[in-house]
Amino acid sequence: MFAGNGLACVRGERRVFRALDFVVAPGEALVVQGPNGAGKSSLLRLAAGLLKPAAGMLTWNGTPVDADPDAHRARLGYVGHLDAVKPALTARENLAFWTGLAGGSAEVGPALDAMGLAQLADVRAQFLSAGEKRRLNLARLAASAATLWLLDEPTVSLDQASVARFTELARAHLASGGLIMAATHLPLDLPGRALALTAGARAA
Amino acid sequence: MKAFVRLFARDVGLAFRHGGGAGLAIAFFVLAVTLFPLGIGPGPEILARVGAGVVWVAALLATLLSLDRLFQADYEDGSLDLLALTPLPLELTVLAKCAAHWATTGVPLLVAAPILALLLNLDVAGLGALLLAMLLGTPILSIVGAIGAALTVGVRRGGALLSILVLPLYVPVLIFGVAAIDGAISGLGAKPHLLVLGAFLLGALALGPWAAAASLRLNLD
Amino acid sequence: MLHRFANPARFGRIIAAILPWSAGLTVVLLGVGLYMALFVVPPDYQQKETVRIMFVHVPAAWMATMIYAVMAVASATALVWKHPVADLTAKAAAPIGAGFTFTALATGALWGQPMWGTWWVWDARLTSVLILFFLYLGYIALWEAIEDPGRAAKAAAILALVGAVNLPIIKFSVDWWNTLHQPSSILKLSGSTIHASMLYPLLVMIAGFTAYFVTVLIIRIQGELAARRVRALSLGAADA
Repeated sequence: MFAGNGLACVRGERRVFRALDFVVAPGEALVVQGPNGAGKSSLLRLAAGLLKPAAGMLTWNGTPVDADPDAHRARLGYVGHLDAVKPALTARENLAFWTGLAGGSAEVGPALDAMGLAQLADVRAQFLSAGEKRRLNLARLAASAATLWLLDEPTVSLDQASVARFTELARAHLASGGLIMAATHLPLDLPGRALALTAGARAA
Repeated sequence: MKAFVRLFARDVGLAFRHGGGAGLAIAFFVLAVTLFPLGIGPGPEILARVGAGVVWVAALLATLLSLDRLFQADYEDGSLDLLALTPLPLELTVLAKCAAHWATTGVPLLVAAPILALLLNLDVAGLGALLLAMLLGTPILSIVGAIGAALTVGVRRGGALLSILVLPLYVPVLIFGVAAIDGAISGLGAKPHLLVLGAFLLGALALGPWAAAASLRLNLD
Repeated sequence: MLHRFANPARFGRIIAAILPWSAGLTVVLLGVGLYMALFVVPPDYQQKETVRIMFVHVPAAWMATMIYAVMAVASATALVWKHPVADLTAKAAAPIGAGFTFTALATGALWGQPMWGTWWVWDARLTSVLILFFLYLGYIALWEAIEDPGRAAKAAAILALVGAVNLPIIKFSVDWWNTLHQPSSILKLSGSTIHASMLYPLLVMIAGFTAYFVTVLIIRIQGELAARRVRALSLGAADA
């Protein structure tokens, strides 16, 4: 159970949101919606610990995340706007690097398969399209043991088949007790609730 | 530990694959050193007199030019966010990247330096001190440079600003690096200067990654 | 004690109250100091009238270092205790420090010319002050280069602390370098011994410069606080 209480976020002297509360339960996807500038990306970065909240607290199963930031980093998988793909490395090498850093195994074949990248495994990433790079980024989630997925516009630039693959991956994750918090404009066919952010004011 | 090695290996591999790493640093180093005889005349006595200083100044500038690839590329493609979220503490991540930077910039400079010293008619007695001083000094340049690079990551035209921030901090390494070589040549001994460089290196290793990580966290915010 | 100054509004009131006093002190101290330096102190038997430049050069160099220390302490306060005005204090102090540094360099050059016939001499103090000048410029440039003021404040604070740690190391290195390359005649711009008749004017000038620093610092902090308020208002207007 991942929760946030009374969160406030300030970016560049501007208050993006304040007094924000949310709860994500296991097996559930919280979809964060709102107009541009409402703070969806900021909220996800805050949840990941990349951003420090101006006020408020994040808790995992009741205990504050601040008490054990290392454990929090270990349990989360973050997919941001950018894909963190090195053009000079192959798809397989890119993925193996990240899973290796997280302490996982170097066997990334199944993860590449899950996102339909098996054919492209040994192609240098500079030759991959934007959608393929996005799939590579998402394949990281398949290869990791992360419980909490924090996703910023996960399906942008994906074709329908890839969206279906991702949805299947996400559903499997939720079915095994995982949690998802995702910011997106596009429809995500996942069990869960929505959190609407309005620009610059208290959240609904 | 394994994660440290993996990151180090990746950065070294990327430096070579992109073709920018060692080759460019050495090329700049040699070019910069070559400018001095062209500028001040080829007289062997003058060159021998300034040789130690010229080699060190060129090494500083070559290191400076290569610093922006330390964090910039990772910042631009989102890798830096992910690196901040791995189990490896950000301080060790910085250290691994500094080590990779040193391996692909400092070590090539170290290898090229004696050859350049001979081009400048440097007294052979100073060569050993030159190698030792650069062995101790180039890692310091990478670590201190990392602090500047971390502060200016994401700043437009950060390269010029980086130079202004970092060059004053390089002055002690320059002074003691040259003093070591001059000490060896004059017979007064390089050891005290090398010891001071060693102390600087220990200080940089202890405090540098911490300052650089704090700066990176700030720019990830 | 810091908490009393933490409230920006109260901080603003306190410094506004101090301002007229520090401004008055500046005028008095600088007036007395300059009078003593120009008219009371006898000309040095070696340097004659040019020794009077010392009464600007030495205090300016002293201020250059002192102000950097102030910036370092303010930066540490901003980073560790997250004091809301400490970062502005450091930002406001920097150009004043840079100005004193430049003054020290310029007066050093002016002093050197009649004595040794050169407009610049690489002695330990001038060289250290020159490097300090670049540390100031780098600090100011960093503030300007980062668009987000909150981020710029923290980055500049880190830089100020890194600089503060390095400053003694740089000074030590330059002093060492100077002894290694010591020319035969000992060039000491500070003069070998300070006679009492020279000491008092020097102290008065230092006190005057300090009062000047406090005065200009307060004015600049007021400017920064006002600018911050304007930004908040315009952002608020944009949201509404």
